[in-house]
Order: sequence, then C-alpha cells, then structure tokens
Amino acid sequence: MITKRIIPCLDVKDGRVVKGVNFLGLADVSSPVKLAEYYSQCGADELVFYDITASAEGRALFTDILRQVAERVFIPLTVGGGINTVADFDRVLKCGADKVSVNSGAIRNPDLIPAAAERYGSQCVVISADVKRVDGEFRVFAKGGREDTGMEAVSWIARCVANGAGEVVLNSIDTDGVKGGFDLQMLDAVCRAVNVPVIASGGAGCIRDFVTLFKALPRVDAGLAASIFHFGEVQISDLKRELRANDINVRL
Amino acid sequence: MIAIIDYGVGNLFSLSHSLKAIGEEAVVTGDAEAILAADHVILPGVGAFGDAAKKLRQNGLDAVVKEAAGRGTPVMGICLGMQLLLDRSFEFGEHAGLGLIPGEVRPISEVIPQDLKIPHIGWNPLNLARPHPIFKGVKPGDCVYFVHSYYGAKCDDSVLATAEYGAPLTAAVGRGNVCGCQFHPEKSGDVGLGILKAFTEWNGQ
Repeated sequence: MITKRIIPCLDVKDGRVVKGVNFLGLADVSSPVKLAEYYSQCGADELVFYDITASAEGRALFTDILRQVAERVFIPLTVGGGINTVADFDRVLKCGADKVSVNSGAIRNPDLIPAAAERYGSQCVVISADVKRVDGEFRVFAKGGREDTGMEAVSWIARCVANGAGEVVLNSIDTDGVKGGFDLQMLDAVCRAVNVPVIASGGAGCIRDFVTLFKALPRVDAGLAASIFHFGEVQISDLKRELRANDINVRL
Repeated sequence: MIAIIDYGVGNLFSLSHSLKAIGEEAVVTGDAEAILAADHVILPGVGAFGDAAKKLRQNGLDAVVKEAAGRGTPVMGICLGMQLLLDRSFEFGEHAGLGLIPGEVRPISEVIPQDLKIPHIGWNPLNLARPHPIFKGVKPGDCVYFVHSYYGAKCDDSVLATAEYGAPLTAAVGRGNVCGCQFHPEKSGDVGLGILKAFTEWNGQ
C-alpha cells in the first residue's frame, strides 16, 4: 500500500535557505543544493522549494539553483513562490520541478489552476493554502499569511480541486511555528471535502506530532515541516523508524 | 549510448540527468538514425495517451520504436511510455498503442475501492511477479514513485511487478527485449537509479 510521505520544505531567498539552518555535519548549511542532497540521503520522500525572493535577480538565481538540485537529487520536487502565470509553471518545470504549488497566484487569478491543469495535468498542480481561524470559520489568507481574503477556506480549497488542483498543502497559520502539533481539526475538515492527497503543514514540533497526525487522520497523505528538520531537532530517519514502529506505512 | 526519445511530450530533464548520475551517456533525440544506432532506447511520456500516440505517429517514431525493438535493442517505456507499448488505451476514447506488449490501458477507478484517491500518487513497494534483469538489485519492500490514473490491464504473463493500491496494479511489464515501468525510476531515489543502471547493463536477452 502507498506510504505516508515526509516532506522537508526549503524557503529560498537570494539563493540561500532561510529560517536559520543549524545543521551538524554540513559545511555549507544554507546551500539549497547541499541541504536537498542531505535530505534525500536521509529518506525524505519529496522536497518542497519556496522561492521567497522578490527581485528578478533572485528569481533567476532560484531557477538556477533548482536546476542544480534536479541534476543531483532524484526524488519528486515541488516548487512554489511567485507562481502567477502558466509561463511561471513552464519556467520551473523546465528546470526539473515535478509539481508546482500555487497560492496567492490562484487567489488573484481564478483561471490559473484550470489553465495549468489542462496544460500539464492535475498531478502537476498543487494548491497551497494558508488558513487561519477568523470569527469561527476557516479563512484563506494571501500574501504569505498577511492578508485576509475573506474567503471560507474549505469550500475554496474544494473549488480549487474541482478546477484541477491534484494535491493540497494545508498550512495552518494558527499552529505554524507553535510546535504544538499539526492542526488536526482544520486538516480533518479539508480531508472530508476533497479526494486528492492532502499534505499537512504547520505545527510539527517533534516525532510524536507526526505519529499523532497519521493515526488520527488516516486520510492525510504527507507531513511537511521546515525548521525542525533544518535545526536537526527531528532526524528524518528516526522519524520514519518511529512511524513504522507505530504501524504507519513509510518508505525506509 | 542511450537514446531518450523526444517526441514533444513531457519533461526529459530529470531522466537525462538521472542517466548521467549513474555514469551513462544519453542523448535526447527525435532522430530516427540516432535512435536506431543507440544501444538502449527509452520511451518516456507524461500526459494523455491519445495526444502522445498521435505525436509519436506524426514524427514517424512509432515505426522507429518498433524497428529498434525488432532488431533486439533493449527498449524501456516509462510511465505513459510504458502504456504506449501496449495494444490499446481507453483514456478519453479508444486509441491504438504500439502493440509490443499485450495489454490495454484502463482507468484505475475500475479496479480500486471508491474511497482511494486518484491519481495513485506516491511511493509504493514493488511486488515482483517474476525475475527480470532490470530488477536484479531490487529487494523486498523497495519503494518506487508512482503518478498515474490509468494502468496496464490484461498484461497477463507480461507483468513483471505490481503495486498494491486496493488492487494489484501493474507496475512493470516485459516481453523479450522490451520492458516498461509505470513508476518513475528517475524520481525513485537510489532504487530507481539502480533499475535504470540494470536496464543499461541489460543486453535484451
């Protein structure tokens, strides 16, 4: 049966991984290429790269780095950040990305997901949603979590999937950075609404949080995290062994 | 020299670099002479069957693949490339395949329980049905990466491996010097690179 995926997320700015990478055994701790190779060797099932640069120079540098990663790392790569047009899809796919994740671009332009899905297939289009509780409902936020769009999140995500998104990354702003565990309530609501893979993001603080996630919500397909992996607080190999010990199917 | 057939379908970046990573020389080409001169031929592909089959035919490359196969050159289809090796497909209508391996392409939804997600996407262990040189390094429990909504049905004794997803889905097929993988070896880490390496070392016998 298909295995649960563990996905480290690398935020890249001006060619470097940000979020204060603090790794033992790596000479250049903020090189996206070195870090990607390291994670692949540790058993990461997939990697997500977010381009958080704004400048054109930064964007060109990001594309160059992506190419270097794809030349060396042979697991699926998802790329997001600054994806606003089908041409942006084209740019990163040509550099070796397998999937492209859209966020603000899909909020601004409702035609982006259907156009990209028609051209590259749904398996290539990931909707990444930043969601926060406001006035007792789940709201979609734009611009890296700074702007409340006023849209109810579950129905919006379901609409994106109906329009052709083949996978959902659900990032809970409420649990992000708190390290108190994934947002099970929010994830459950989304898992009930869509029949495509759902990737949980935001809140992982320790190995136990992943065990709880997959035990409580069998319809969640993957767990994504950044700093706990970058800081070496959780080693992917240890995490996967513990998941296996708890009868959760993983690739060792 | 390995020829990766370029017929305007899909992204060949990772595939060509994965071959480079295992020390093999590969050329991405749509040129008949180059393909027929190659020691190994890889037929890649993503997207819809009908469109891909049409593009292959428009370039006359369907005949080239068949000729290479007929000469005994080891041929490997990957993902949609594997499906193209079969007799026909029922993805958005009915389309003829290359007929190099018996079988037909049908929707996964016909054979798996309704609550399972489609596409079948992610890492799944290979269950080997019979020994084949391309799987010489594969150990029980080794996982490979799948992304597909259609599968090879009625491949009968050409099935080399399956993956369990509510039903045993065809993961690899082989007949004579022709083989195919539904999964993506170029995205399946060391296990996938090992399968590609074994293919390049195979003489088709």
